[in-house]
Amino acid sequence: MADVVLKSVQKSFGKAKVIHGVDLDIRDGEFVVFVGPSGCGKSTLLRLIAGLEDITAGDLFIGGERVNDLAPAKRGIAMVFQSYALYPHMNVYDNMAFGLELAKSSRQEIDRKVREAARLLQIEQLLDRKPRQLSGGQRQRVAIGRAIVRDPKVFLFDEPLSNLDAALRVQTRIEIAKLHTDTRATMIYVTHDQVEAMTLADRIVVLNAGRIEQVGTPLELYHRPANLFVAGFIGSPQMNLIECQVAGFGSSEVLVSLPGGGSLSVPVKPDGVQAGDAVTLGIRPDHVRIGPEGALTGRVELVEELGENHLLYVDAGQGRRLTIREPGDARHEAGSTVSLDLAREFCHLFRHTGEALRTQADATTPTSPNLTSSAV
Amino acid sequence: MTSAVAQEDAPVPVAARGRRSSLTRSRIRAAWAFIAPSLIILALIAGWPLARTIWFSFTDANLNNLSDYEFIGFENYLANYDGEWLGLLTDPDWWHSVWNTVWFTLVSVSIETVLGIVVALILNAAFPGRGLMRAIILIPWAIPTIVSAKMWNWMLHDQFGVINDMLLRLGLIAAPITWTANPDTALWTVVMVDVWKTTPFMALLILAALQMLPGDIYEAAKVDGVHPVRVFFRVTLPLIKPALLVAVIFRALDSLRVFDLIYVLTANSRDTMSMSVYARQQLVDFQEVGLGSAASTLIFLIIALLVVITLAAGRVRLGEDPR
Repeated sequence: MADVVLKSVQKSFGKAKVIHGVDLDIRDGEFVVFVGPSGCGKSTLLRLIAGLEDITAGDLFIGGERVNDLAPAKRGIAMVFQSYALYPHMNVYDNMAFGLELAKSSRQEIDRKVREAARLLQIEQLLDRKPRQLSGGQRQRVAIGRAIVRDPKVFLFDEPLSNLDAALRVQTRIEIAKLHTDTRATMIYVTHDQVEAMTLADRIVVLNAGRIEQVGTPLELYHRPANLFVAGFIGSPQMNLIECQVAGFGSSEVLVSLPGGGSLSVPVKPDGVQAGDAVTLGIRPDHVRIGPEGALTGRVELVEELGENHLLYVDAGQGRRLTIREPGDARHEAGSTVSLDLAREFCHLFRHTGEALRTQADATTPTSPNLTSSAV
Repeated sequence: MTSAVAQEDAPVPVAARGRRSSLTRSRIRAAWAFIAPSLIILALIAGWPLARTIWFSFTDANLNNLSDYEFIGFENYLANYDGEWLGLLTDPDWWHSVWNTVWFTLVSVSIETVLGIVVALILNAAFPGRGLMRAIILIPWAIPTIVSAKMWNWMLHDQFGVINDMLLRLGLIAAPITWTANPDTALWTVVMVDVWKTTPFMALLILAALQMLPGDIYEAAKVDGVHPVRVFFRVTLPLIKPALLVAVIFRALDSLRVFDLIYVLTANSRDTMSMSVYARQQLVDFQEVGLGSAASTLIFLIIALLVVITLAAGRVRLGEDPR
């Protein structure tokens, strides 16, 4: 077991800089998920930790030891690849045992470890099979088994579920969560799927263009995004973002004028904003209600029925489209005009730089991109 | 690569096999129409000469007059005149050429395979100028054998050859070596030139196989800390084995028929005579079309037999997709 510490880690491929100084402190036994759009550097960051790529600048510590110049095998890590990376000509048993054979383990010791891992992952009956005789889910379990037998201090997962179908993904996700509970090993997990990130992570690291946007627990990120990027990235359907202007402010609220004439008082600290500043109002689809006297009006463009709830896509003028999620079946048809009530206590305000204005609640547990010490 | 079950074709119902639909029939007709030209050409350029050679091997035909011959059965192969056995199968020169050919094939193909793997592994690694290297290495293979054999003949010349000159200057030898005439060095010299010429071909086939290998398993091996040499023998080699086997069979077939290289380098020397050189000598120099044809027929049978043996030995691997 070990903690993983990154200190202003940078990575360049030739002249292209892909990781711009990442600072991160991952505690022993923590489950940390790197999430971000494709090309944000999350996989590169994982490969830097694994040692499959060289760190251009900065320091990487695993278990207190600087491992920048250590070969992957000496870092006490195990990695599960997106494509499973099983040896196609070896059976399941040999796939798991191959990496151990050099580690000076005795034959009985290897056998015990492989069978133990197989039992844990319920693949005991598959030990004689070749990878091509297995389903995608079984292959992924073998890949995880291969990581387990190495008894690593840190598990690294590189989008391990993206080649599985939806049902298997949910099932394997639960198994990985269980594995973390059982082993209490440090785990670093890369995904572009925010559901995986939200469900698995103790803490999520949101990456964008080689930089950390925010680090925090799933709910911190959901309820108190530090900036527009995180606000837009976390949560599905996406948070509604409305361009508006500051009309005035009090000590703990900011009054914004909405497009279409309405105005709304948002309970955030003004923190230097001036009347007339352009700001972005953010509100999640669940917090927009269709009420008799809403702050906005719009025309329903499309209705999506999902059974337990439904989505309304509303055109609020000037091509501004809002998404609304309401429970149960839809009571409005496409084409009808509705009045939208924005729940002010759930509104977020972002400066034109993208940075979020803090709410009263933030003052006690602040969130910022450099935060690395919040509760697990 | 879905599940194994999904890849298997569903068995054709018996009833459906009996009555083919008109669509199937027209497809089969079209298939025959497309194959027919190549079948006809193959029959003309391969089938007819082969049949004629086999027929001549049972006659006493002579190059002076090919229209006047008699059927003599197996006498070209084996015959008994007054208690003395005669014919191809009793000719020590023939068996010597068989031995030369087999020895040449085993040694040259082995060396080419090992060198080919080494070269392919180097060319598979990322380094600056790799594209240029890949092109350059093919040059020996691109030069016609006659040209390269003649070139080496001059380079190996005992009096004027550059190789003797270099070795003399370096003090490695005291007197010039008659590379192609000396029985001790002749066959090795032929092997050396063949290796020079055909290693690029091996390397290219193996390189193609290497490039098909998934990169992630090498990263997995790296994370597992498996030594690169061990990775080569336990991962790379088993995975390229099918392609390697095909390359070896191709090369072995070529080597068993070797003619031009040996003929240009050493002419009709008994020390290096291959089966093909022997057959040509009988056919052209001695004008014994019957005996030459018998030799050619035996070459055909020997090669066919060796291919069948190789394929049977390799079937387990060839039929099985390692991935």
